[in-house]
Order: sequence, then C-alpha cells, then structure tokens
Amino acid sequence: MNRFPILSLAWRSIANRRGTALLTILTVAIAMTLFLGVEKVRHGARASFENTISGTDLIVGARSSPVNLLLYAIFHIGDATNNITWETYQQVAGAPGVAWTVPISLGDSHAGFRVVGTDNRYFEHYRYAGRRQLEFAAGRPLDDLFDTVIGASVARELGYLLDQEIVVAHGTGRVSFVEHDNNPFRIVGILQPTGTPVDRSVFVSLEAIEAIHMEGPTGAGTSLSMDELRAMDLSPDQITAFLVGLETPVAALRLQRQINTYRVEPLQAIIPGVALSQLWGVVGVAERTLAAVAAFVVLMGLICILTAILTSLNERRREMAILRALGARPRHIFVLLVSESALLALAGAIIGTGLTYAALTLGAPVLEQRYGVHLGDTLPGLYDLALIGVVTGASAVLGFIPAWAAFRNSLADGMTIRT
Amino acid sequence: MSAEPAIYLDGVRFSYARKGPVVLDMDRFEVAAGEKVFLKGASGSGKSTLLGLIAGIMAPTAGRIDVLGRPMSKLSGGRRDSLRAERLGVIFQMFNLLPYLPAGANVMLPARFSPRRNEACKVAGGAEAEARRLMSRLQLDPKQYWSSPPTELSVGQQQRVAAARALIGRPGLVLADEPTSALDADARDAFLSLLIEECAASGAALLFVSHDGSLASKFDRAVDLSELNAARVGT
Ligand SMILES: Nc1ncnc2c1ncn2[C@@H]1O[C@H](COP(=O)(O)OP(=O)(O)O)[C@@H](O)[C@H]1O
Ligand SMILES: [Mg+2]
Repeated sequence: MNRFPILSLAWRSIANRRGTALLTILTVAIAMTLFLGVEKVRHGARASFENTISGTDLIVGARSSPVNLLLYAIFHIGDATNNITWETYQQVAGAPGVAWTVPISLGDSHAGFRVVGTDNRYFEHYRYAGRRQLEFAAGRPLDDLFDTVIGASVARELGYLLDQEIVVAHGTGRVSFVEHDNNPFRIVGILQPTGTPVDRSVFVSLEAIEAIHMEGPTGAGTSLSMDELRAMDLSPDQITAFLVGLETPVAALRLQRQINTYRVEPLQAIIPGVALSQLWGVVGVAERTLAAVAAFVVLMGLICILTAILTSLNERRREMAILRALGARPRHIFVLLVSESALLALAGAIIGTGLTYAALTLGAPVLEQRYGVHLGDTLPGLYDLALIGVVTGASAVLGFIPAWAAFRNSLADGMTIRT
Repeated sequence: MSAEPAIYLDGVRFSYARKGPVVLDMDRFEVAAGEKVFLKGASGSGKSTLLGLIAGIMAPTAGRIDVLGRPMSKLSGGRRDSLRAERLGVIFQMFNLLPYLPAGANVMLPARFSPRRNEACKVAGGAEAEARRLMSRLQLDPKQYWSSPPTELSVGQQQRVAAARALIGRPGLVLADEPTSALDADARDAFLSLLIEECAASGAALLFVSHDGSLASKFDRAVDLSELNAARVGT
C-alpha cells in the first residue's frame, strides 16, 4: 500500500471544501504577513537605530546619565541639564590623540524641528550606517552668518527649497511664542535622507546662535546690521555637547576616564556604541513585545486550521470508512489529516510570504528614499524558508489532534457509520 | 479462479467492546469461489459486522476466517488492509463515493491503490479503459458521466458507480451491504441484475446482505443469518 496517494487525496478533499479552506489559508496568510512584516520592521528599526551614529569615538556633555546624553545630543529628545563652557571644549579638543571635534549647541527649533548649532565639521565627520557620510541633495555647507542647512525630512515635510528664508523660534516646542524673527535664515543646503535624526535637524552656525540670543535669550533677535555683526566676535561662551574623533580608537577609554574626572566642571563622556546598546535595552522591550504578539497571531492562524479540520471531522466519517473499505490503513487516515493540516498551513505561509515581499518590493524604494530606512532584502531568504517550514511543521503537529480522533473513529466504526 | 472457497468461517465470535455483548457467534459458514449468496437478516442482527470481519476491517475475538484462501483473521492489521485492497470489492448501503472525486476517478481508485488490481486492468487496456468499460456495462454512459461529481448523480447511479468500483481489477469477492435499500423497486431490480451479471462475468463471488428477503430469488443460494448466528443481540 505504498502507492496510497494520500497527498493528492488530501488536496482534493481540501479543494472540495474550498470555502472554509480558503478562509483558513487566508487567516494563516494574513498572520504570516503580519509576522514577517513586524520582523522586517523590527530588524530595520534596530539596524537604523544602531546605525544612527558611527565613526565618533566619544560624545561629551554635562554630567547626567549616558542614555540621557545620547538622547539629547544625538536623538534630539529631551533637553540638556547643563551646558559646558567653551574653554573646556577647547581643552578637550586640544588634548593629545584627539583628531577632530564637532561642537553642538541645542535649544532652538523651527516648526517643531530641532535647530543644531554647529559648524561645517559636522557634515564632514558625522557618519551613520557603517561609514556612510552625509551628502547634500542640493546646495552647499554653511558659509555666511545666517545660512542654514536642513535635513531631508525638514525639506520634505515643510516643502522647503533652496534660498527660502526661515525663522527660528526659541525653545523646542512646536508652538513657540518667541520667534527670533529679526534674523531670518536662508536655506543654502538640503541633505540626503539618512534614516537618522539628522533628517529632522536644522543646522546653523554657532555664531548665528550667539547672534540671535545677543539681546537676551527670549528676544526677537538682534537689530544690529549684518556689517555690524560681522565686525563682532561672535564666538560662543557655551555649547551643549560635542563629538570627538580620535587618532586611534584604543585611546577612547583613557580619554573617557580623564573627561569623567575633569575637575573644573562636571563632564561626562560616553562611547556611542555602548550607550546605544544600553538605550536599545530599554526600547527593545517594545520590539520584543511586538514580535511576541505577531508570533501569537501566527499561532491563532494555526488554531483556525485545527478548528476547521476538527469541525469537518464528523461529516467526513463516511469518507474515512470508504477509504478504509478501499484498503486504506488507519495510519493512512492519520497521515491524510496531518497532511491536510500541513498543506493548509503551507499554502497560507507561502501566500503570506509572497504578500510580504510583494509589499516590500513596492514599498522599500519609497521608504528608502523618503526615510532612509533599509528593510533589508526584498527577496525571500533562508530565514523565510525556515519560517515556512516551522509553520508547516507546527501545523502538522497540531494536525495530530484531529488525526488521532479520526484514527480512533475509523477503528471503532468498522463498516458501519451510524450518523 | 482458484477452487478455494471465497469465504470460510469457523467458530467465529465477535464483540465490539472487550466486555461488551457478543454480536456474532457463528459456527460454520462458507461461500464457494464465484458463488452468489444472499444473506438475509433483520436490522441489527449483525450483517454489517459480519461483512466488516470478512473484509478484515475488524478482527474476530475468536475463530477463523479465510478469504480467498488467505487466513484473513490471522493476518496483521496491515496485511488485512492489503488483502482487502487487492482482492475485495465493497459496496455500502449509500454514500459510497468520495464526494471530491468525479465518477470516473471514483471507479479507478482501487486500481490506484493496488498494483495488483492495476495490473489486472492491463488486459482491458489499462485502468481507465477498464473503468469506462465497467461503467457502460452497468449502463452508465462514460461519455456522459465520467466527469460527473457524485452530487449530480441519482442514488441509483451512485450505486452503479460503486458497483463498477467494487468490480475493477477483478476482485475475487464482492461484499454488498444492503446496496439496494435506498432504491425504488424498478431501480433495485435493475441494479441487482447488473451486479449479479457483472460478478458472473468477472468470476467474483458475491456476498449480498439485506433485510429484504424478496430479493433472494436471483442468487445461487440464500441463507438466514438468524439461523447461523447463535448470538442474540439487537434482535
Ligand atoms: N461500531 C460499533 N460499535 C459498537 N457496537 C456496534 C457497532 N456497530 C454495530 N454495533 C452493534 O452491533 C450489533 C449489530 O449491528 P450491525 O452489524 O450494524 O447490524 P446490521 O448491519 O445487521 O443492521 C448492533 O447491536 C449494533 O448496535
Ligand atoms: Mg448494517
């Protein structure tokens, strides 16, 4: 009885009940799409998160907690507790082994986007996603006092073009009552999308920050003419934080200790990679919860299959008796139901994977272009094949339940089905 | 055809549950090769149970059953299933067909399950040719009905498809469990004649059970189960 064509019979039997079968397959397909989608976004989010900053050996700011410093200096979330003096910055910048530094001054905003006071070294040294450098989609770096360079999201969401003039507001809220509207900035550069907080930043020079706050931090800016301003020394007294690049990364730990024990003012230096994984430890809980929810949705899909098969079992006792009369062994009945369960899951899993990758192929270029987020491969890989295998296998195992019931029935019924 | 009896029963007892009532208790019963036997019995007298034992779907609690010269009751479950697949044809009272296969595919099933029966179809030009031949012999035009789903066939037509399926690949024995009880008088007579004719043509023995004694005249021999079965359950 090796020739018993179980798989083809299972398939015909499913096709005969195609209404329910399609619905169960659809359930599994949707569950699978959800799961894979969550997985993709999860890995994509994690990757772009970890790719936010690289190439920087230390981030230095006033003493608080490492995660806090990382959040305000790089992710522009929350505010600094304290500033650091320009002298201290100069001291660290001149320390042996320091290759470059990039100052950062925060506190203003434009239409809800953070204004970052810095200089052109930012565009030169900031690295993300491995060794990728910031690139200009249009225009050039900062030059004149009231020049500004804006990130890709700022340009896209506000519809800004080169040479447009914008006004910077004091504070970081979306609605601000104090605007430095005496001193509009001119957009001279627009950056390419990076998928990092850079996209949501408005870059101006440190001198410009100094100038607009010259007549008190909450004023409308300065009324001095450009010529008068240019004649002045606008170098800042304070900055919020700065990035440090070293000649050899091995020196990072030593310099970090030196900065952390600096006597003149309370400072803190963090290694970006370490702080990022600390931060991910916090954010990652949400990520893992999402994955667990998605996994449960897949399990629910499989339970749908189980329910559908169990429900059909009674009306199919006759079918089993006929198969037995034709020479099928109880074991064939068992295999029939297990393969039915597995086939339904397989079909659902394949369709779900297909849907996911179709959506990815369509959506990935848009995501990449607009948000700089990479969702990884747009072709199914080993992981997906393994997942299809696992889902099919799990469904086959669940199929043991109806299979066992049918097996028992077919032994007990004999030739007579009394329905 | 072998000269060995199609069915030989000796001292068979059977009960469904280990401590349950004895449903069958038969001393001796025999059907010769190619013989057509009518077995009469009231409802619940154990006719289906007897057929299940002969078909090897169940094994007797005690006693011996030989089928076509093979010791059916002594074989393992798997071998009983093989013997049934290769040498027996079974027709139920109704709902004989797998609902998801068209008539023709239903007829061909035994040839797909059993190499031996597939082989036996070779003389007729293969399983499909043999299935078509049997269908037309049973007055179901294969041109018209080959692809019909069972739901589109009348009960009489379904029973004829079931008969064709039981007969494909030259089985030595056909077991029929009240196959005419759902048919009206005309269809019943027509079906019975065709079944007996085709069993004769293929040399198969036929054990036909029914509670309707009026059918007995067409058979070689008629027996009453109540005279054979010492157990008195359900009667
Ligand atoms: N699968 C079964 N499990 C338990 N008892 C059964 C089963 N099938 C039949 N019986 C019992 O066995 C007896 C004979 O039944 P059956 O062989 O179906 O009679 P018949 O076919 O002559 O109507 C009845 O008492 C019936 O209740
Ligand atoms: Mg019966």
